[in-house]
Amino acid sequence: MMRVIRFFLLVLLALAPLCGAAHAADDFQTLLAQLASDDFDAKAAAIRALGALGDPRAVRVLEALSSDGLYTTSDHKVVIAVESGDGYALTDPIDGKSLGTVTSDAVDQVMVNNSLRSDVESALAGLMLFSPRREDRQRAANDALKHPAPGRIPGLKKALAAEQDDEVRGTLRKALAAAQLSSTDKSEQLAAIATLSDSTSPEIYNLLAERRNASNLDPAVEKALDAELHAIAQRIRIIGFAATLFEGLSLGSILLLAAIGLAITFGVMGVINMAHGEMIMLGAYATYVVQQLFGAFLPPQWLDAYLVAAVPVAFVVTALVGVALERGIIRFLYGRPLETLLATWGVSLVLQQLVRTIFGAPNKEVGNPAWMTGGISLPGGVFLTWNRLVIMAFCFVVLGLLALVLRRTRFGLHMRAVTQNRDMAAAMGIPTARVDALTFGLGSGIAGIAGVALSQIGNVSPNLGGIYIVDSFMVVVFGGVGSLLGTLAGAMTLGIVNKLLEPVAGAVLGKVVVLVAIILFIQKRPRGLFALKGRVAES
Amino acid sequence: MPRTPSLLAPRGWTWLLAVGAALTVAVPVLNALPSGSALHLPDYLVPLFGKYACYALLALALDLIWGYAGILSLGHGAFFALGGYAMGMYLMREIGARGVYRNPLLPDFMVFLNWKALPWYWWGFDHFAFAALMVVLVPGLLALVFGWFAFRSRVTGVYLSIITQAMTYALWLAFFRNDMGFGGNNGLTDFKDLLGFDLHAASTRRGLYVASMVTLGLGYLACRLITGSKLGRLLLALRDAESRVRFLGYSVDHAKLFAFTVSAIIAGIAGALYVPQVGIINPSEFSPGNSIEIAIWVAVGGRGTLLGPILGAVLVNFAKTWLTGSIPEAWLFVLGGLFIFVTLALPKGVLGLPSMLGTVLRRRPAAPLAGEERAP
Repeated sequence: MMRVIRFFLLVLLALAPLCGAAHAADDFQTLLAQLASDDFDAKAAAIRALGALGDPRAVRVLEALSSDGLYTTSDHKVVIAVESGDGYALTDPIDGKSLGTVTSDAVDQVMVNNSLRSDVESALAGLMLFSPRREDRQRAANDALKHPAPGRIPGLKKALAAEQDDEVRGTLRKALAAAQLSSTDKSEQLAAIATLSDSTSPEIYNLLAERRNASNLDPAVEKALDAELHAIAQRIRIIGFAATLFEGLSLGSILLLAAIGLAITFGVMGVINMAHGEMIMLGAYATYVVQQLFGAFLPPQWLDAYLVAAVPVAFVVTALVGVALERGIIRFLYGRPLETLLATWGVSLVLQQLVRTIFGAPNKEVGNPAWMTGGISLPGGVFLTWNRLVIMAFCFVVLGLLALVLRRTRFGLHMRAVTQNRDMAAAMGIPTARVDALTFGLGSGIAGIAGVALSQIGNVSPNLGGIYIVDSFMVVVFGGVGSLLGTLAGAMTLGIVNKLLEPVAGAVLGKVVVLVAIILFIQKRPRGLFALKGRVAES
Repeated sequence: MPRTPSLLAPRGWTWLLAVGAALTVAVPVLNALPSGSALHLPDYLVPLFGKYACYALLALALDLIWGYAGILSLGHGAFFALGGYAMGMYLMREIGARGVYRNPLLPDFMVFLNWKALPWYWWGFDHFAFAALMVVLVPGLLALVFGWFAFRSRVTGVYLSIITQAMTYALWLAFFRNDMGFGGNNGLTDFKDLLGFDLHAASTRRGLYVASMVTLGLGYLACRLITGSKLGRLLLALRDAESRVRFLGYSVDHAKLFAFTVSAIIAGIAGALYVPQVGIINPSEFSPGNSIEIAIWVAVGGRGTLLGPILGAVLVNFAKTWLTGSIPEAWLFVLGGLFIFVTLALPKGVLGLPSMLGTVLRRRPAAPLAGEERAP
């Protein structure tokens, strides 16, 4: 009996794509009736067939089946039943019409076991291929690609024929090929391998590798598989490297933002500002406050603009703190760099504790605006998040603006003059004290802007600055003092090297290696990569 | 900065040693009195004072290179911690099979990490003598190598400060790792005894206190010997005008290297004495903040003097103990304020106060004499 049914179903399946809607309706009714059978094998066959049918009505039936909502009436009609009051409200699965309410004695539940449930699940997954929503179809196609099974081939073929969307079609074609890999027909296998050939995903690699390990493969297939595996591995490596490079550049741009301000104050004034990290932290808290204010006082559609407002706010706040710091403390310590280091460390402790007292010790969350969430998905599973891309671009904008200020404005001219020779600049009538204060303000302001950027990729906490201070110093020391180009090179190198080492040595050990390398590097070039040359360097 | 010749005045340091000796004897004796007695010193104060003595020794070590040779190391916490770890490893081995897992071969944390054998760098730490040697050798060698690299290429001033900070930062990160084999985040703890003496017994704690005080005294004498010698003069000279000393034909690098290494060794010994008294050593001792804090002890007391760092370490840490107990939020404000205030207003520290007041009041134009300055 079973054999006959199976044969019948197979014929049906084979014919399914060829048949029109009317036929499909008949199949649907037949299969529906078969669901009520007492034979679990027959039920399973019916479920699979329903899944491959591509009929939207099947979804409701299968869903009802898996949630114990499918019943048979006394006249052997299969219905969907929902408990209502004492009895059940029935729906006809064929035309979706209500069949009224009956008492619970009048219907029998269609029983399922675990194995049937999993059949239902995979059938539903197959049916999703025909969902009217594009995302559902795409997800279902991806799912089919991840779990290829020969039984899915007919459904996939049918879905492919019906699909209009190019992206979904591509995935479907791959999923179909993945399922055909284990086909018995050699030419079909080769065709499947060829279809999968431009892939970059590790999953397909694993799939092919698994297939490669299977016994009694045809030599030609074996050869094709080997070539394919090699090519995919190569591509995955290249993409992995590009992804690492991107991460490195992203880290580098963050380091650069954090270190530019330090490079300015250190370069121009020879001042080691240990409170620099706290300026970053203040900038991040300024962002948080701006976000809260926007949330509290402006209509919700404005909320996403808070970040744009936060940049100038953070700059002004931290620049003012910086100027106050210079006027209040640092100017008394010129010529005593070690004391400046200690005093600014004290400032950093006070600022940290101040923020902790005002805002509390727990982390504050600063949300990404909508235009910074999500990202670009590249082939090979690489995902470039918008916030990192924006920060990268932002970092270069800041660097460019700073270069403009230094090269094209009067203040920049004064700053460069003081950097090169303080005494001579003073003799030429440049107000060095004011330049110092403004320089310190500028450096601190840029640190504040860095804080805005950092608030977008992590939590804001009073310890935020401490995380970046040693790294920023390393960038400055490595790149060379008083050179924007050096800071750029230093930050990017450290960022990329860090990320390259991470997979090899682990995040922590990688960092340790970088630190040791810098300590050794200083042996060779005590004044950094881009050292100022000539008399300037002598001081 | 007080001028060095005053160091040579015998009256000053005999006074200091006498007071030190009196303290060394008084604390254990008072603690040994029956607990009902009015003069009885509570048990918890003995290791606390012992801790202060270790901090004082550490500050003395930093002062030797910062106050006298002008090298501000922001990595002395690392030497201190390395000495501490060497001692901690010995104490770990002393636990033997008395750990939670009752494993006679491996410390608890290694059993927890499912390690099968003792890593090679733990070999030998069963013996106190070997551990004691390592307490000296490990920080000393690190300082020697690091200093050799740094001084040879003439990394000076803030650059040196920053790379010493990077050194302690790197070690900090490294020691946090579980697979380093030093207990990771939790460090080494649950010590039972030292050379067979129960670490929790009051008598052992008194003994450790005396040992710390005696070592502090010896450290003071060693530093006095160095700073009073010709080498000490050389250090002072290169602090003030390095190039000139170099051009005069002195080997500046070697002098600095010597001072740096000795200083690191003293810091390591301080760490080794510290660990059994506080009962734990973990990577937080490597944190860059800790190392900078040592500098403020020295600055508060008065750098370039030998009494200053001792005084400063005790004063600041006493304030820390007191404030973190009573008003914890205020401590960072006070510490930060100290950094700012001392560098701005008290460049010579507490010891420079009399002379500053003297100048202000125009009573005495000259710096105070040795006797006054040495008086604790």
